[in-house]
Amino acid sequence: MSLTYGPYGGRFVPETLIPALDELQAAWESLRDDDAFRRELHELATSYAGRPTPLTLAERFAPGKRLYLKREDLLHTGAHKLNNALGQAVLARRLGKQRIVAETGAGQHGVATATVCARFGLECVVYMGEEDMRRQRPNVERMGLLGAEVRPVDFGTQTLKEATSEAIRDWITNVETTHYLIGSCVGPHPYPEIVRELQAVIGREAREQMLAAAGRLPELAIACVGGGSNAIGLFAGFIDDAQVRLLGVEAAGAASLGAGRPGVLHGARSSLLADADGQILDAHSISAGLDYPGVGPEHAQLRDTGRADYVTATDEEATAAFRRLAETEGIIPALESSHALARALHVEEELVLVCLSGRGDKDLAEVLAAPRS
Amino acid sequence: MAHAPPRGIRAIPPPWVGDYLPASLEVDDTALGRTRLCQFWIERRAVTVAAGRKALVIYLMAGLDTPELAEAAVAGGADLIEIGFPFSDPLADGPVIRRAAERALAQGMRTAACLACLREVRQRAPKTPIVPMTYSSLLEAYGWERFAEETRAAGATSLIVADLPADERPDLRRIQLVAPTSTDERIALAASTTDGWLYLVTVAGTTGARTDLSPALAGLVERARHAAPQLPLYAGFGISTPDHARQAARLADGIVVGSRALEVAEAGPAALGDYVASLRAAI
Repeated sequence: MSLTYGPYGGRFVPETLIPALDELQAAWESLRDDDAFRRELHELATSYAGRPTPLTLAERFAPGKRLYLKREDLLHTGAHKLNNALGQAVLARRLGKQRIVAETGAGQHGVATATVCARFGLECVVYMGEEDMRRQRPNVERMGLLGAEVRPVDFGTQTLKEATSEAIRDWITNVETTHYLIGSCVGPHPYPEIVRELQAVIGREAREQMLAAAGRLPELAIACVGGGSNAIGLFAGFIDDAQVRLLGVEAAGAASLGAGRPGVLHGARSSLLADADGQILDAHSISAGLDYPGVGPEHAQLRDTGRADYVTATDEEATAAFRRLAETEGIIPALESSHALARALHVEEELVLVCLSGRGDKDLAEVLAAPRS
Repeated sequence: MAHAPPRGIRAIPPPWVGDYLPASLEVDDTALGRTRLCQFWIERRAVTVAAGRKALVIYLMAGLDTPELAEAAVAGGADLIEIGFPFSDPLADGPVIRRAAERALAQGMRTAACLACLREVRQRAPKTPIVPMTYSSLLEAYGWERFAEETRAAGATSLIVADLPADERPDLRRIQLVAPTSTDERIALAASTTDGWLYLVTVAGTTGARTDLSPALAGLVERARHAAPQLPLYAGFGISTPDHARQAARLADGIVVGSRALEVAEAGPAALGDYVASLRAAI
């Protein structure tokens, strides 16, 4: 085994999981380019998930620019997470796994996972920090309705970091029967690659749609970055177009790329919020989905090579952008996506593509409770 | 802390007392990739098998009272002490060790303090092999080679990194772990690169006490013996009672006890010494 993305990636997990990762990788490699698999995914994406998602010009939100929104908020379950969950559920079925475990922060990945498990009749256990269960109550209820068991994680930060650790511990314990349906482009190899490939549909569609709508490629493509799955999916569509600048926006209190150091968390070497001794630090963000001290290893590589830039937005900036999109466009964005929107207002480029990764119904309580700036 | 172990336990001193190899031992790479230290362990196993003695490994979390606890464990009959260097996100650990790590970190047990703890344990238990057990993140932050060098200089016999499978960082000398899920190929890889003995994870799962000894251990021992007939095999995870210890020791060359030892150690060195002696008597 070697590191997968320059000095990042790898498989830093207990030995118990290695055979399962080998099995997953073999299945993935045989299915990745398999026509039947691709057809099955395409059929699910169109007839069940609602792809392709539209591209919307947000004229009133960003006057003086041509700012396009890639509307993953309109995908079934309300966020891009379903792209990955559907693909991995098909993969799990091919592996003969009947039980799914997942972690969730904002609850969007948990809902997407619960949804595909309901769709395919798979047993579903979702780990979620108690702090996140408090601030994302509607998603907890949705998961319950979909037949998933939500297991509260009541130690440490009680957010996504601990939920991920507990999901991995469950997987270690039940690895023979269980597929770990990881929600972002993090974790041990081959997960970052699988999630990137399953989310790449965002960038593929957006590229074609931009060419059709604007007649050319965007000057800038922006996405929020927690673990980084919607960003890596968007970037995948433009990575070979050197003239398109790629910009990831982290939460200011969870800037694993902007303020991180190399470290190992949840199975991969990446850029992390950690102290000088390698102990993982607490992240903070108003947005539960960005409240994570790690990031996908490919983002760390894209930062180092300079292919993508990474900046931050504060809780206040994100909340203001949240309200602004609602008031100017009639679209309530997820707080996560609002970080990307906040930065999009202040870039020099004129033709801009923003990944609107999810819708914000789940965030109403949090935003309405926040002081209005 | 002298605790009289049950009568008869120490009637025959362990054959390797005094044979503990000094930290300065140079690596002697043979064609097999084996070190002299590894050879020492193989020879030691031959002696212990002949003497009918099983190895007892006790895991303690690094902390202010750990040197005293380690001394009590050795007096109670422990042959090897593992010292946990706490990590904030220990994936391989169940609730007991995770909580112990949280407490240790809250007490300031960062890498430098853990090394100081290790030095003190070495002083109090001069002839006992001591093995730090930790996670990759600590080595990544400290520097992989520097971590290995400084733990060794502080008295460590080897190293265990719970989230570092045999094919990652093959250059780092350490005790490898294998699990019931490991393929024969992976067991062979771990056996050929391990530093002294092979850690058999008895069960697919995290550390922590269980009601029964894992039924998967017997098959794992058999496969590991086939891969490396001479290598000492020590079984850990889920071994907490003298009864578990007895059953596991019938199969393997030694046993590792962690979570239950930590719980008992909360009552102090005397209680830990008695508990270790009860395990010693059982195997």
